[in-house]
Amino acid sequence: MGKYLLRRLAMNVILIAVAASLAYMLAATTMNPRAAYQGRRPPVPETVIDATLDTYNLNDKTPLLQRYTTWAAGVATGDFGRTWNGGSVNDEMGRRIGVSLRLLFVGTLVGFALGVALGALSAVKQYRPSDRVIGVASFTIMAIPVFVLATLLAVATYSMNRALGFTLIEYTGEYNPRLTGWDQWLNRLNHLVLPTISLSLGAIAFYSRIQRNMMLDVLNQDFVRTAMAKGLPRRTALVKHALRTALIPSATYFAFAFGTLLTGATFTEKIFAWHGMGAWLIDSINQNDVNAVAAVSLFAAACVLAAAFLSDLLVAALDPRVRVS
Amino acid sequence: MSILQVRDLTVTFPGGVQAVRGVSYEVSRGEVLGIVGESGSGKSVTSLAVMGLLPPGAVVSGSVTLHGRELIGVQEDELTRVRGKSISMIFQDPLSAFTPVYTIGAQIAEAVRVHQKTGKDKAAKRAVELLDLVGIPHPDARARAFPHEFSGGMRQRAMIAMAIANDPDLLICDEPTTALDVTIQAQVLEVLKTAQRETGAGIVMITHDLGVIAGMADRVLVMYAGRPVEQGPVDELYYRPRMPYTMGLLASIPRVDGAEGPLVPIEGNPPSPAALPPGCPFAPRCPMRIDVCDEEEPPLTAVGGGRHVACVRSREIEHKALTGADVYPLPVIPPSGAVRVPRERRATVLELTDLVRHYPLMKGAVFKRRVGTVHAVDGVSFDIAEGETLALVGESGCGKTTTLQQIMRLEPPQSGHVVVLGQDSARLGKAERKALRGDLQIVFQDPMAALDPRMPVGDVIAEPLRAHGRRNVAARVAELLELVGLSPEHAERYPQQFSGGQRQRIGIARALALEPRLLVLDEPVSALDVSIQAGIINLLEELKNTLGLSYLFVAHDLAVVRHLADRVAVMYLGRIAEIGAVENVYDRPAHPYTQALLSAIPLPDPERERARRRILLQGDPPSPADPPSGCRFRTRCPKFARLGEAERRRCVNEEPSVVRLANATGERPDHGAACHYAEEIEVIPASDDQEEK
Ligand code: SF4
Ligand code: SF4
Repeated sequence: MGKYLLRRLAMNVILIAVAASLAYMLAATTMNPRAAYQGRRPPVPETVIDATLDTYNLNDKTPLLQRYTTWAAGVATGDFGRTWNGGSVNDEMGRRIGVSLRLLFVGTLVGFALGVALGALSAVKQYRPSDRVIGVASFTIMAIPVFVLATLLAVATYSMNRALGFTLIEYTGEYNPRLTGWDQWLNRLNHLVLPTISLSLGAIAFYSRIQRNMMLDVLNQDFVRTAMAKGLPRRTALVKHALRTALIPSATYFAFAFGTLLTGATFTEKIFAWHGMGAWLIDSINQNDVNAVAAVSLFAAACVLAAAFLSDLLVAALDPRVRVS
Repeated sequence: MSILQVRDLTVTFPGGVQAVRGVSYEVSRGEVLGIVGESGSGKSVTSLAVMGLLPPGAVVSGSVTLHGRELIGVQEDELTRVRGKSISMIFQDPLSAFTPVYTIGAQIAEAVRVHQKTGKDKAAKRAVELLDLVGIPHPDARARAFPHEFSGGMRQRAMIAMAIANDPDLLICDEPTTALDVTIQAQVLEVLKTAQRETGAGIVMITHDLGVIAGMADRVLVMYAGRPVEQGPVDELYYRPRMPYTMGLLASIPRVDGAEGPLVPIEGNPPSPAALPPGCPFAPRCPMRIDVCDEEEPPLTAVGGGRHVACVRSREIEHKALTGADVYPLPVIPPSGAVRVPRERRATVLELTDLVRHYPLMKGAVFKRRVGTVHAVDGVSFDIAEGETLALVGESGCGKTTTLQQIMRLEPPQSGHVVVLGQDSARLGKAERKALRGDLQIVFQDPMAALDPRMPVGDVIAEPLRAHGRRNVAARVAELLELVGLSPEHAERYPQQFSGGQRQRIGIARALALEPRLLVLDEPVSALDVSIQAGIINLLEELKNTLGLSYLFVAHDLAVVRHLADRVAVMYLGRIAEIGAVENVYDRPAHPYTQALLSAIPLPDPERERARRRILLQGDPPSPADPPSGCRFRTRCPKFARLGEAERRRCVNEEPSVVRLANATGERPDHGAACHYAEEIEVIPASDDQEEK
């Protein structure tokens, strides 16, 4: 088992390298950082631009392969290069990674837990009103694009706060820099509420559908009946035997759902003015910032593969049939 | 004093369908009540209703009392105190009956802890004890194994261990051995008897197998269309049935100890619970039906001697001492022309010589690597003469299905030869192979899976004809439908409008479309109810004789084989253990495995079944990936266990091959066994009519 996991890990590192390299190539061939300097008034001399771009490893006059090698060598030693105006990608990333991870982590957790719970409930109450409400709601949510959903949430919260006369739930930014200590901490939590909801709603809807199907499959199986036949109360049999078994297939969807979540995070960050990796991706595309785009891509690839790895671990932890072989 | 009393139990499912319509019975301590019935008779629903385990929409009425306490309509938490404590249940399919993610030991310990206030360690210890009680070797190690690491028989033992964990007063067994092979079934039934002795519990044994009931039950309840139609002590009911359905059922089962010849079929199908006939539900199929039968449903009335019968003519049946053979018209099957010619002078339609099929055993999910070889078929030889039926029998994993696949492929085998109608499969051209396919057809076990549900039956049958470019298809389809006992109008309908037996007839018609000479029958009746099964067996017999067919018949039911086959080959772990004419192999089996196999089959005859001594085999068959050296059967061979050291060496070192037995005499001196110490013995007690002869 351990050997198998190590091999998986090595494989993932290679995959991340490939994904990031492709992203770099694409960014480096299609983006034009020079434009930012050329348009300046007063005009900057070409040689100066070249020299500046050279120091940032962004000069399109340098052959692509050579630029790539420099970038890759840097990445290998942990240096992600310079932004278009000379800032350190590492510094910027360091600031933003925490912001994104906080959002993603909470979003995934809330999405998975609530989604699974609602799905299981839905299955147990099949065709009853609660099942139908959950069903309609999740399809509606899945049909609405994240940016519309996020905007709607922001608008709704804004009007609610207005109606209440004070700010119950924060709808923009990460925290209030004027607060300190405990207040600051609570304020951060408050700021987290709305983006988390916006981010996890989709995941909840997705998981609830999956979990409902898995649970329905399991509910009619003999072992649930056996569990009740030995004297377990229905609720215990459903949770301990049915849900526990039905979790396995849901765990395999974990990686897939995480990919969707990552895309959702980009919009959510932007709309709620969080300075995370997603928002940075949009900004850096606008600014023709090749190295930043490559760095964000690498981060995304690492996240997705980590999720896939986690989902494998989860399945192995949940399912003894996988573990043995 | 009865433990359980069921009175007028009815179960209505959403939509108003009554699955159970007034069942009453009682069970006393230490007593075994057998409930028999075909699928849809309501026998399983009855027991789930007793346990309160029916799906939420089902409405249950009537009364179920346990030690005088009513169970119908009580609160759920009161029921949970009873379930698994006073009443335990053993389900049919032990694979799906255990939760796959917990160890067997944990699941048994859970059952202990639900009802007893014990610590975790104590419960775990108790689980190990229970596993030991039901005969699981190395119980403390096996308790830590997961359900998928257990074999079917072991799982059913564990299920029994779980059921008796709290010393129940009543055990309900719902088809407890149906999914198992016969030798494993014999072991499990033995364990059930042990369990009963240990707990002194009453048992309700639900099954369709009249043989299992004959050996276990004290009293029997026969169900038909949701109601009991006959009830009484087991001997009375088996030897003197008084209701035409019971009579037909007992006459329709093929028996390992039975004579050859046609079986008694019960015409028609059981009624659907949504559309019951007005009077006696059995009337449409009853050969004794008179006009009053259609007026109202005859109630279950006591007729003395603890017996109850629901039939208006039961007195008459008793007076005239009628049996199934008297009242059911016995079909006349024309004799075969081929058998008059001695076997040696008939053409050979199929010949296998040293057929081998090995599979690589792979491991690993991403990087597969070969870790061994599965010896699925390991040197099998036999031949089939024209007009003959050879049955290939054996338990799951013995290689009979692989053998059949190798024949059907008509490709060169890995090793050995397959010669079909004189043509070696290794030397066939494309066109020849296609032509030969027309002569070699197959009938599958599950008729529904083999038929396309969106195709009308006429097209299903016409498909092979069109594929081979035949013209005048419609006329041929009509002819084929009549041949298998259906009518030409049926061509317009869809497969799901037919019953299981009719679907199998359609499957046979399709296989016959190209006028094959050799028909391969892959468990053709094992998915069917007994009363339907007899009709199909008769049809196959008739077709063989009138059309001059030869059959290769693959089956696990040795009783059916005795009726249909001329010769039988018994397989064990990829090799033939014994082969010969049916009467030789059944009456004087020489290989220890055949002896055990035959002795494991329950006879639907209570007295003889109780008096029988079984040859019980130990454990499960070894994996075909790792067959034992020398004789493959030696790890379980009862004879090997009795041999001396010197004699054993031969079994360990030298693989026996099939040898013609010296004293194979009689009309057909056709009998061989692959055992160094083959010795013919009798394991099936001769039936009365045979004794008279
Ligand atoms: S009541 Fe009539 S139809 Fe029913 S089993 Fe008796 S004789 Fe047959
Ligand atoms: S050869 Fe030996 S081990 Fe094999 S069946 Fe005969 S007696 Fe048993």
